[in-house]
Amino acid sequence: MARAVTSRRKLINTTAAWAVGLLIFFPILWTILTSFKTEAQAIAAPPLFLNFDWTLENYGVVMERSNYARFLWNSILIAGGSTILGLLVAVPAAWSMAFVPSRRTKDILLWMLSTKMLPAVGVLYPIYLLFIQLGLLDSRAGLIIVMMLINLPIIVWMLYTYFREIPVDILEAARMDGASLKSEILYVLTPMAIPGIASTMLLNFILAWNEAFWTLNLTSVNAAPLTAFIASYSSPEGLFFAKLSAASTMAIAPILILGWFSQKQLVRGLTFGAVK
Amino acid sequence: MGRITLDKITKKFGDVEVIPPLDLTINDGEFVVFVGPSGCGKSTLLRLIAGLEDVSGGEIRIDGSDATMVPPAKRGLAMVFQSYALYPHMTVRKNIAFPLRMAGMDPAEQDRRITAAADVLNLTDYLDRRPGQLSGGQRQRVAIGRAIVREPAAFLFDEPLSNLDAALRVGMRLEISELHKRLKTTMIYVTHDQVEAMTMADKIVVLRAGHIEQVGSPLELYRAPRNLFVAGFIGSPKMNLIDGPAAAPYQCKTIGIRPEHIAVSAESGDWKGTVGVSEHLGSDTFFHVKCDDISEPLTVRVGGEVDVHYGDTIWLRPDAAQIHRFDDAGLRIA
Repeated sequence: MARAVTSRRKLINTTAAWAVGLLIFFPILWTILTSFKTEAQAIAAPPLFLNFDWTLENYGVVMERSNYARFLWNSILIAGGSTILGLLVAVPAAWSMAFVPSRRTKDILLWMLSTKMLPAVGVLYPIYLLFIQLGLLDSRAGLIIVMMLINLPIIVWMLYTYFREIPVDILEAARMDGASLKSEILYVLTPMAIPGIASTMLLNFILAWNEAFWTLNLTSVNAAPLTAFIASYSSPEGLFFAKLSAASTMAIAPILILGWFSQKQLVRGLTFGAVK
Repeated sequence: MGRITLDKITKKFGDVEVIPPLDLTINDGEFVVFVGPSGCGKSTLLRLIAGLEDVSGGEIRIDGSDATMVPPAKRGLAMVFQSYALYPHMTVRKNIAFPLRMAGMDPAEQDRRITAAADVLNLTDYLDRRPGQLSGGQRQRVAIGRAIVREPAAFLFDEPLSNLDAALRVGMRLEISELHKRLKTTMIYVTHDQVEAMTMADKIVVLRAGHIEQVGSPLELYRAPRNLFVAGFIGSPKMNLIDGPAAAPYQCKTIGIRPEHIAVSAESGDWKGTVGVSEHLGSDTFFHVKCDDISEPLTVRVGGEVDVHYGDTIWLRPDAAQIHRFDDAGLRIA
């Protein structure tokens, strides 16, 4: 009897999981479907699900009207650059917090995280002025720095959690075996932390890719990434839903594919250390 | 060479002094065991010698030169950890080679030493495996292999056998002793198990709360414990410590008598008592006797099998030559 209950429960769980999954995925699915409709069908009431005239016209218009490749390249540079820069700062920081903690380490970590609770718009004005003064407005370098800084707390936290899982005995053994600090980090710590470092990189890349507030406010033409590309298709009047959907689909496609292939690492990265 | 001298070293964690000023000399080639209950500071002391913890005061000398501020990598000591601390992403061969690689040794010499160590430790067939594919005993052997290839000035063992099951522990104990006889290198071994201490050590250092209670050979500690703590700690089963009227005829506060130094008789003796639980080991029998004038039950050890049952009344007679006497302060009276 116990088995019957288990399999029924399993069925309920599976159904519920699929339902929640589809609910979360629905907006993305709807965007993709809308991108294949005509502007008139996009706002039809009742909404059309699959029974419409499929068309690639929107994609044609979008490709014709804007330089997708440049936006894509900017997104890759900004997300990739801020991720690499972030790791260069965060690996040593997380190493020292995990292996030579001081009495204040916990406070520092919490303080770092608390900066994520500040509404971004609260610091927009000072940062905007700074950018004008430093000539960083609408530059990739400027955005890389801002992205790195806003995601740094998360990178440090994730790496810290990973490093904490590595037994300190092993690092001490390396020290006893004559390894310098450099050798210890290079030959012992890093190979053991590679899964953690990889999932941290991935998550940070996605966060930076999707970030819209700073990219929209600090760029105009030269450094504008895909988020700005999408925004350029929303307009106060006229029919634009289908074209906006086509632009959105093109913007999320690369990251969606990346996420799909690395979902295992992502889930592990986000839940690491949660259960022990 | 591996002569290690500790000169008034101290260690504080914050405001807590875990090692008060402590002096100790470990001679070249000696097998020294630090033994004591949990939290007595024995592992901390070992880590101070290793350099994994900084001393708060005093001086550590290795072969005459001051090593107090020398980082662990440069002290020329090898350590075997309780958790084995193998590098999980490296094969056994690479684990053993790691210290040699760090020393920049030429690959042919590395190979020669790895082969020799693997041969001694029966690891030849496992050289290409990862630590995750080995049993506990094999992992511990790899950890020892990683230590011996360097030919260090001294080996430091931090409770290396406590993660192994009982049978394996006895085997590894012999292997480590054998290794010491062959290499004649200084070994410092930390354990809370007094059987390991007694069977392996040339010299035992008994620690309590960071203090050295006594230093001596296993038999010196067994025959002449300096105080009540050492008397109770060394020997298995532990020494019977008796206060009160039974101690009075010996002109001292407390007497100690080991379970093996008490004779049993059905008719006559010094103390009359009732037999409690008996433990039959085949080779020996331990029984616990509740005596009339003595508050704690006494443990008695008799060779072979003895026909004594729960509730029997018996007489005990301590061997007068083997009675240890302790004064009010708990110190031995000569």
